[in-house]
Amino acid sequence: MKYTSAELMACSASKILEDKTSVFVGTGLPIIAALLAQRSHAPNLLIVFEAGAIGAQIPVLPVSVGDSRTENRAIIASSMHEVMSAAQAGYIDYGFLGAAQIDMYGNINTTVIGDYHHPKVRLPGSGGANDVGSFSRRTIILMRQDEKRFVEKVDFITTPGYLTGPGAREEAGLPAKTGPYRVVTQLGIYTFDDESKKMKLLALSPGVSIEDVRNSSSFEIVIPEKVETLPEPSEEQLKILHDIDPTGIVIR
Amino acid sequence: MEILEEGQGKLLGWHDPDEQREWILRNKPRDLKDKRTTVQEAVSKYVKCGDLLVVGGFGHVRVPMSVIYEIIRQRKRDLKLAAKTAVHDGDLLIAAGCVSEIEVAYAFGHELRGLSPASRRAVEKGECKVVAEISNAAYQWRFLAGMMGIPFIPSRNMLGTDTLKKSSAKVVKDPFSGKPICLLPAAYPDTAIIHVHRCDKYGNAQIDGTVNEDIEIARASRRVILTTEEIIDAELIQSEPWKTVIPYYVVDAVIEVPHGAHPCNMPHMYYFDEEHIGEWLKLSKTPEGAREYFEKYVYGVENFDEYLELIGGIKKLDYLKEVENLKAPMVAPWVKKE
Repeated sequence: MKYTSAELMACSASKILEDKTSVFVGTGLPIIAALLAQRSHAPNLLIVFEAGAIGAQIPVLPVSVGDSRTENRAIIASSMHEVMSAAQAGYIDYGFLGAAQIDMYGNINTTVIGDYHHPKVRLPGSGGANDVGSFSRRTIILMRQDEKRFVEKVDFITTPGYLTGPGAREEAGLPAKTGPYRVVTQLGIYTFDDESKKMKLLALSPGVSIEDVRNSSSFEIVIPEKVETLPEPSEEQLKILHDIDPTGIVIR
Repeated sequence: MEILEEGQGKLLGWHDPDEQREWILRNKPRDLKDKRTTVQEAVSKYVKCGDLLVVGGFGHVRVPMSVIYEIIRQRKRDLKLAAKTAVHDGDLLIAAGCVSEIEVAYAFGHELRGLSPASRRAVEKGECKVVAEISNAAYQWRFLAGMMGIPFIPSRNMLGTDTLKKSSAKVVKDPFSGKPICLLPAAYPDTAIIHVHRCDKYGNAQIDGTVNEDIEIARASRRVILTTEEIIDAELIQSEPWKTVIPYYVVDAVIEVPHGAHPCNMPHMYYFDEEHIGEWLKLSKTPEGAREYFEKYVYGVENFDEYLELIGGIKKLDYLKEVENLKAPMVAPWVKKE
């Protein structure tokens, strides 16, 4: 079957979300993956947007996480204070983010590429990412993988992963039992080792080898003995994805 | 309290709470006054060069664009921008040379549409300086502390990150739990500009849909300019008072501006004008293009009505209503085709 990497990533990511849980979604592919989950295996997924909409059944991909599509058949159109307080208090199970750079501990950068004071590229900054990465019980990061994005050291820690390793989040004062849970890329899905908190391969995308994974990272990814291979997107999943994004903004 | 870490970002918009109370006593009358005026007068009176400005709405949603254009038209300079998700508004203000300092939660991007060519150019060249970083929740809670009249508010985000190092927050040992906690300084912007669905002539306002952080910024800011799709009778406000999200006594100016968020989304009324936003994104790739845009849509028109004619008039505005109601497809020239 023919499919694009964006379609594959949306399908891989959506499977991680369980029914009857809450997910705080960022703009773009995270929304699409959450909607795919809601329209397939997780009809009771509670989707939360930072501008204040909670529990929507979304008709088509919103262009912004604050636009009117995010309120469609929602249970409440509230405020950022409502949503962020709920997150800080512990009501958010999954946080869903994108990233420009990530390191082995899942620290992510969306602020600046290059020197902070003389940036090569100035990126938008934290937005709600730091909040989602600080408060969610399990943070999922969706991004394209290559050597420049999977880096030894991110240029700027916008959003906390496991910081410098085991115990560092708690030491910094972040809420207990939170942190990165999965990283989804076009090459596969990664988890974080229980002991070392370092990124570990969990599953490969169809047709991808462990060598491909190694060659597309500037840090050493932990490779376990057994690695499963993810399924290809099904025809039904692809149809749902194109219903969600009929204009082809993200899915093409 | 033991200070564990101090952010190095510039502290914008902070006042001692007693100084703020004194300012409120002297400047915020409690009597019901007719505050209707024009956008030109409101900007001239309440947006001063050097002010800390905050814009209501979220990203490209419910943004008071008529006021943004007027700030550019009046060539305000050296504004400091509280960029709590300042996207189209921030991009235009920075590109027009109005902003010299910015505190960034989210800026220089247009969400799914890509990065902002113009404001990125200004920041990468140093024409507009990023003086502090912050997260969305943290900025909103800075306004919450301002609204509450307290000097700071504790939070559990930003900890352990460079976002905190470049912010104006401090980390202390919480005297209750003993754990490190982030203290966010209160923020009192000089002026907030907010677009609402309806309000009365005194400034009692209703918003349909998410309010984002407009509850907090309206109450924390010293001056509030409200533009509204419609001015309604005070009787109507008072017959359903639970719908009021902004009370009159924090508001300084009220202006009726139908379609006042164009090209942004006004929830339940009209969707984004992606063709117009796309035109800006295309033109603003070069400084000459950005100037061409401002000449055509801002300096070249007298007021917002003339601008609305220029962007396609009634026909375009009706179409945007259809898109909002899912009755017409969105046309977005910035969508990349593979």
